[in-house]
Amino acid sequence: MSTNEWPLWEVFIRSKQGLNHKHVGSLRAPDATLALENARDVYTRRSEGISIWVVESAQIHATDIDEAASFFEPSDTKIYRHPTFYEVPDGVKHM
Amino acid sequence: MQESALFEYVLRLSDDSLILAQRLGEWCGHGPILEEDIALTNISLDLIGQAISLYDLAAALEGKGRDHDQLAYLRYENEYKNVLLVEQPNGDFAMTLLRQFFFDAFRLPLYEALMQSPVEQLAAIAAKSVKETRYHLKHSSEWVIRMGDGTEESHQRAQAAIDHLWRYTNELFYEDAHDHALQAAGKVPAMAEIQAKWMATVTSILSEATLEIPKNNWKFDGGREGRHSEHMGYLLSDLQYMQRAYPNMEW
Repeated sequence: MSTNEWPLWEVFIRSKQGLNHKHVGSLRAPDATLALENARDVYTRRSEGISIWVVESAQIHATDIDEAASFFEPSDTKIYRHPTFYEVPDGVKHM
Repeated sequence: MQESALFEYVLRLSDDSLILAQRLGEWCGHGPILEEDIALTNISLDLIGQAISLYDLAAALEGKGRDHDQLAYLRYENEYKNVLLVEQPNGDFAMTLLRQFFFDAFRLPLYEALMQSPVEQLAAIAAKSVKETRYHLKHSSEWVIRMGDGTEESHQRAQAAIDHLWRYTNELFYEDAHDHALQAAGKVPAMAEIQAKWMATVTSILSEATLEIPKNNWKFDGGREGRHSEHMGYLLSDLQYMQRAYPNMEW
């Protein structure tokens, strides 16, 4: 039965001009055209977006959760990569 | 004369929308997949929205103090003027989508033409509805193409739906004295013009879908005069139940 299922698609929506497309969820569709239509019907019913991207989930390559330690932890100890060692001059606002 | 002709004309538009919306609403919770369940009920809600605006206009033209709810819920079967096509049962998914496709392909050119109408309220409703209808037609066309040019079973079901529904399509272009009076006054388009556009859409989509237009040209009508198929009474008993059981109730 699972062999008959339509492929899964990840849906990304741009909520307004100037913002990035953000991942909002996934859905099933037989092809890209219908994936866009389904995304329109499922994810933009309440004026959530002005642009939609869909990507077949199988095309997404993700990091392996078992490798999270070697991928991400090394950066936790490198506080010098954050620009927090500057004295902010008094005249600079909104920092 | 023209006021009552226009009332009749707008009532037909509203009834088409309302009855088709009711049919599509029956899919709620029963769609073949969640995404399509939502798509069909979205279309249903678009049509209800159009029906409300159209009934409001009809009620104003009639001037008897009825409102859109009274027009939608408190008339007898022979007072509904929708085409027989929209009251036909949902059948399978192919039947529902082909019914929708035949209707959308008719509604889009009709709204496009009505946008030019000197009847301002009607032109405004058409202008708002045309965007929704353009999407409905895109949606139903995509499905017709995929079912026709899909698997052997989907092709066979789509063709069976066309063969069954074809007899109801001619009524979409029904005209009587009301229409002729309004056409003569330049308020509404001639149906022949709409039919030509409908035929062009249908021919092009069905040929892309490898589906065939039936040779049998037997035609069926009566809805525009209030003579409905046996399915209409059951549909109305569902539609009207709440207002009949609890008169004047509101959400």
